[in-house]
Amino acid sequence: MECGFVAVVRMASEGNHKLRVLVAKVGLDGHDRGVKIVARALRDAGIEVIYLGIHNTPAEIASAALQEDVDAVGLSIHSAAHLTLFREVIRLLKKNRAQDTVIFGGGIVPDRDIDKLKKLGVKKVFGPGASIEEIVRFVKAISRVREAKAGHGASR
Amino acid sequence: MSSDQRRVENLSGIEIESVYGPEHVGKLDYKRDLGAPGEFPFTRGIYPTMYRGRLWTMRQFAGFGTAVQSNSRYHYLLKQGNTGLSVAFDMPTLMGYDSDDAKARGEVGRCGVAIDSLADMELLFRGIPLDQVSVSMTINGPAIVLFGMYLAVAERQGAKFEELRGTLQNDILKEYIAQKEWISPPSPSLKMINDIIRFCVESAPLYHPVSISGYHIREAGSTAVQELAFTLYDGLTYVAAAIEAGLKVDDFAPRLSFFFNAHNDFFEEIAKYRAARRLWAREMKRRFDPANAASLALRFHTQTAGCTLTAQQPHNNIVRVTLQALAAVLGGTQSLHTNSLDETLALPTEEAVTIALRTQQILAHESGVVQTADPLGGSYYIESLTDRIEAEARVYFDRLDEMGGMVAAIERGFPQGEIHRAALAHQRAVERGERTIVGVNAFVEPERKSGVPILRIDDTVEKEQVRRLRRRKQARNGEAVAAALEELERVAERNEDLMPPVLDAVRAEATVGEICDVFRKVYGEYRETVSL
Repeated sequence: MECGFVAVVRMASEGNHKLRVLVAKVGLDGHDRGVKIVARALRDAGIEVIYLGIHNTPAEIASAALQEDVDAVGLSIHSAAHLTLFREVIRLLKKNRAQDTVIFGGGIVPDRDIDKLKKLGVKKVFGPGASIEEIVRFVKAISRVREAKAGHGASR
Repeated sequence: MSSDQRRVENLSGIEIESVYGPEHVGKLDYKRDLGAPGEFPFTRGIYPTMYRGRLWTMRQFAGFGTAVQSNSRYHYLLKQGNTGLSVAFDMPTLMGYDSDDAKARGEVGRCGVAIDSLADMELLFRGIPLDQVSVSMTINGPAIVLFGMYLAVAERQGAKFEELRGTLQNDILKEYIAQKEWISPPSPSLKMINDIIRFCVESAPLYHPVSISGYHIREAGSTAVQELAFTLYDGLTYVAAAIEAGLKVDDFAPRLSFFFNAHNDFFEEIAKYRAARRLWAREMKRRFDPANAASLALRFHTQTAGCTLTAQQPHNNIVRVTLQALAAVLGGTQSLHTNSLDETLALPTEEAVTIALRTQQILAHESGVVQTADPLGGSYYIESLTDRIEAEARVYFDRLDEMGGMVAAIERGFPQGEIHRAALAHQRAVERGERTIVGVNAFVEPERKSGVPILRIDDTVEKEQVRRLRRRKQARNGEAVAAALEELERVAERNEDLMPPVLDAVRAEATVGEICDVFRKVYGEYRETVSL
């Protein structure tokens, strides 16, 4: 697998693969209280975090994700535009053959939209009241999956 | 240690005693520190009889979808006893983009009403006489444009500018600090605010040109002390800027108003409002020495704290909102928005907003709390807490003065960093179980689904709005629009008064995006430096 391969190369050159996560607000809303807490908590947990700030378009997020070669993208949104904007980020990542990037999100998302987002390919949506501990645990689990994948690739 | 001897801190980290007595208010001088309601330093309220004279304005913040949909919600709210209106604009409008802009995709009408041109604004206020109903508008970066449209609608309705009552939020400093919907950098933004203030002084004397807002600062995670300190300091910054632009303090200061949050810590919030009035009166007097006592009196709107609502067991939110609203009333607010129980999930349904409004009506008409001004004045605890909050806010004032003022502090990321640290500390305290949130980290019901109905904004709203915008652009006089925009650009470049060319441009049906493009071109766009 392409991404597995990339991870193998990185592991070979660096000795161990440090998980890289892009965290950003997508769209026009500036409510960054939650996203900054999440970015900070992930960093404190030893994960490499690229925090892109607020007011990002889907194109800006996809391009940063590709350039930074991240393992996961965490999107925060409070403007109710999640269906349109998440869909667009996923489309652009797929178009650039980065469909293995794990997408997760958080913000004000009604229950029935969570199912729709999952169908689009969003791995997990953290709603109001989610704990940072839960989010860190989720992201670390990505790390294990990918390392397993990388290990599998290396043995082939 | 027994639990009643344990150190207890409120949400601002202020240590709270288990009992307060005369020793805590020993230095309190009634005349100097409190005064009767309606008297300097206005600690006890800005009117002698407070709510017996006039109840607070019940002003539910609303707006979604198209202008027609929002207009119908406004008529509904007025029919239910709402006594003022408050307009929520969608994200593209808040950022100065038209509904057909690529950046607006997916956002049109989602968390506020989509307004592109005067035609939309006319529909928004159809059947609402602007010379009678006071309207507040939450708009900041493009405030001058939406205010221009409001004036133009009033004009078409036959209302006189001097009759217009209402409020423009128009507080860009708290956007840089917390809410983060902006267009231009600080210096041209402050200049636009001064143009609006001057216009109101000369032509719309009953209108409130700036609503200096702590609400968003608190929602971004600040403590009560930070909310108070940064907001009042923003206010002092606007006053200084207006005086520097040649305005006289007594001509505009009586029309400034404030907007605070009503959070969970009941007594701390009451003390915060009392401290706000006293600190504002004292600092205005010390720094600007106005002749008119009204220039020293702090008027404010309150909204209950959106960030305290929980998606889990959402009906509990009705109780939270009731307590928060009661704190605002006991603290002497002039107007109030009560959040709806479903607002952590979406914009409120009609049913939810009705309960929120009824909450205010029950407080006003059943509870009896309106009969006496400042009923908690003289309480050992409240007076001691009021003193403490004022003192702690002053520590921030000194630091901000040392940094060279609020704009310099924002550029250094100082208030942003203070708020972020407080938000992080709060989140950690919640996760460690040191702060209890019912239904979230205590008394949880994992199996129960929220089960409240949700307001859906139809996907057709965006398409309909874009179609409408294109139709309007075809129908208007393109040459007149181009000429108005050119004139606006010329005036902006020469740093002259923007109100006349903005009014002419909106009358010609230039759009929000077209006018803001001129600002972006002449003044540039604000970019924040991000730090974690």
